[in-house]
Parts: sequence; C-alpha cells; structure tokens
Amino acid sequence: MDATEIRRQVLEELQRIAPEVEADLLRGDRPLRNEVDLDSMDWLRLLGALHKRLGVNIPEADYQRLDSLDAIVEYLGTRC
Amino acid sequence: MIEFKLPSLGSDMDEGTLLEWKVQPGERVTRGQVIAVVDTAKAAVDVECWQEGEVFELLIELGTKIPVGTPMVSLLEPGERPENVQHTAPSPAQPVPQAPDVMKGAPVLAAATRPRISPAARKRAAELGLDAGTLSGSGPHGVVSLEDVEAAAAAAPPVDRYALMRQAIAAAMSRSKREIPHYYLGETIAVGKLMAWLQAHNAELPPEQRLLPAVALLKAVALALREYPQFNGFWQGGTLHPAPGIHLGVAISLRQGGLIAPALHDVDDKPLPRLMSEFSDLVQRARSGSLRSSELSDAGLTVTQLGEQGVDSVFGVIYPPQVALVGFGAIAERPWVEDGQLCVRPVVVASLAADHRASDGHQGARFLAAIRRLLQEPESL
Repeated sequence: MDATEIRRQVLEELQRIAPEVEADLLRGDRPLRNEVDLDSMDWLRLLGALHKRLGVNIPEADYQRLDSLDAIVEYLGTRC
Repeated sequence: MIEFKLPSLGSDMDEGTLLEWKVQPGERVTRGQVIAVVDTAKAAVDVECWQEGEVFELLIELGTKIPVGTPMVSLLEPGERPENVQHTAPSPAQPVPQAPDVMKGAPVLAAATRPRISPAARKRAAELGLDAGTLSGSGPHGVVSLEDVEAAAAAAPPVDRYALMRQAIAAAMSRSKREIPHYYLGETIAVGKLMAWLQAHNAELPPEQRLLPAVALLKAVALALREYPQFNGFWQGGTLHPAPGIHLGVAISLRQGGLIAPALHDVDDKPLPRLMSEFSDLVQRARSGSLRSSELSDAGLTVTQLGEQGVDSVFGVIYPPQVALVGFGAIAERPWVEDGQLCVRPVVVASLAADHRASDGHQGARFLAAIRRLLQEPESL
C-alpha cells in the first residue's frame, strides 16, 4: 500500500473520531495533538481502528514516535 | 395501577421532549427496560423503567415537552386485570384511555390546552424539536397539519444545542456555588508503580484491550468511597442521603463544546478491563448524544480528569446535589523524594472539592490518603 492510500485511510478513521477534522487543513508535519483535539481515549480508538483496518498493532512503546500524521503514515508504510 | 413518571435526568435538566415510544399498550416491561426516548439540552436520553408490569396506557403525546416527574405511562401490576381499572372509570362505556388516575394533575392541563394535530405532523414536530403544544394550526377547526409544522420549523430559529447546554451548565454550576460551601484539598501522589503495572499489562495487548490510567484512578476513588461513604451521596432536605451504590459520574468534554458527567455504575465491583470497555462505551455514547436516564441521575460523586492538555491540577465545582468531586491533573514525571533520595517519578495531583455541610476537611484528607494508598497497590485494583 502506498503512502497516499495509507494517509487517506488514516484520515478517514481520524474523521470518524473527530468529525470536525478537515483533511485539507490538517498539517501532517505538526504535532497531531495540536492539530486535532484528541484525548487519550480518542487516540486509543484511532489505534484500534487502524489495527482492525490495516492489521498493524502499534505498541504503547511506539506512541512517542507517532506525534504527527506524517510520522504515523511513515510508520504504517513500513509495516503494511 | 402503577404510574411511571419521567425520572430525574440530573440536576441540570428538568424537562425533556418525548421523541419516541419504545413500548406499546399490552406489552410487558421488565426492570431497566427502555420505554421511551426523550430529548434534553444535553442528549437524547433512553428512559428506563424500574417497575415491572404491563403497559396499560401511554399518557404523553409525541413531541410534548414534559417536566421531570410527569406521569408518562400507566402500568398494570403483575396479576392486575385491566377490567378492574376500567371498572373504576367514570363511565364504563368509555374506551380505555379514560383511566381515572390520568385525570388528575398537570398532564391533564397540558392535554386540555393541547392543539389538535395530525399524527404525522406530531411526529415531524418531535423530529424537528418543536413543542407541539405551541404550534398553531391552519387546518379545519384549527388542526395542525404537516405543512404547519414545516412552516413553523422554517420560521423558528434553529435549535442551538450548544446554547441550551451552556444554559443547563450555567444553572447547575450557579446553584452549586450559591448553595454549596465548598472546601478544597489537594495531594500530589506518586504513581510509578501504577504506570509500570499498566505498561506491563498493556505491552502484550492490542489497542482495543489496553487500559488507560483513567480507569485505574476511577477504581481507586470507588474503593476509597467504600471506606468514606460520606463523600458518596446527595445533600437533600438538610441532610446527607448516602448513594445506594458506588456509581461515579465521569466528566466528559464534548467535541462541540460543553460537558456531561454520566454515571459509570458499580465501579468498585468491576475489574479494570470491564471498566475500561464500559468507560469507552460511555464516552462514545455521551459524544454521540445517546445516554440512559439512570446514567444521568445515579452518580453519587463525580470525577474529573483534566490532564490531557497538561494541566497539573483541577479544583472542581460540585455537581449538585452531590457532595464531593475528585479531580486529577496530568500524570507527569517530576522530581520526587523517596527514602531521602531525590529521584524522578510520574506523579498526579489528586484534588477533592467537598461540601462542608456533609463532611469536614479532616475526613477529606483521609479520603485522599486512601486514594493514594490504593494507587500504590495497582494489582489489587
């Protein structure tokens, strides 16, 4: 799966959790927590949805690396 | 004959608009069954009935706004025969809807002044959030038609849910600060053991089964309440009424603004994985605006966790008629002294806002100390 497709799917799941997110306005290189009002419950739901959809189980230990949309897409790109 | 009334929807909501019936006359209802859906400023609420019986009559029309305590449904008690009820009606020849207990009190006044409205128009009015009682009709004999409803909806300003919710919060919080003499205590608690335990627990699990620290904090509060029941209850009529179980209100911020604090039931009895799934479900339903009536009225103490953006502490406003609120700030690494050594530990500031009419600071301090002690033994939570 290429990065564009992964990005589209991540955004789709993100919008399911935070419907106010506008894909065009979201800066992929900025901290996701600043770009989108996500709490830890939302974050866990996003990871759950990505696990289900892409089959990638992101462990807690990797949370810190995944601080922006770009970082998440890159991380998933090497694993699915 | 049992009259089931619209139950309390929490202290900041005193009325609801009937959106939908979930039962029909002749149907048996069991304890906890959802019998109707009412719309409130904060959510569409599934109204649960806590009595058993057979539905005899639906007393409210769809689309009607009713205050808490209004009789909604008459139920035949187990073994009761509908014939007996009809027998006591003023005129035995009258069809069913003339049961005598329905003829008294406020709902009848509402019924008497209610405009005539077609069923389709009533349903549409309920969907649009219009009070059917305020519509004027252009049909024969002033009957309100579907077109009248659509016209009224087009003319009325759109219902601003956020404004309604602000008003509800304003009313409850003003009442709290006006009536409740708050006192406040705070304690910084080291949670190194808890965080290590959670990390080990979550390491092997998929995201769907991981635990958030939030549920461990809730469980610790619930267990501490077993020892300090004076913080779990309601101040009514000048005395403390202990809550019948340990049901914690959890403050949930909503995406469009505002907040709601529905109850998680029997928190002290449930293992953490179950609490986590119930908490997750509650957050989702609160945010999609679908809660149950018991969730809006049962909480005996509310917990607010406001650390997501990094604030260290929160000293909250008690949700009346409750008598205490526990707050947690962010869990963050801080310098800490242990056995005379300076080290770095994850810590959290726990706070208590409590009603001085119901408890004193000394008990409050002991309650917070119990929470601290419980958090040092995460495996026993």
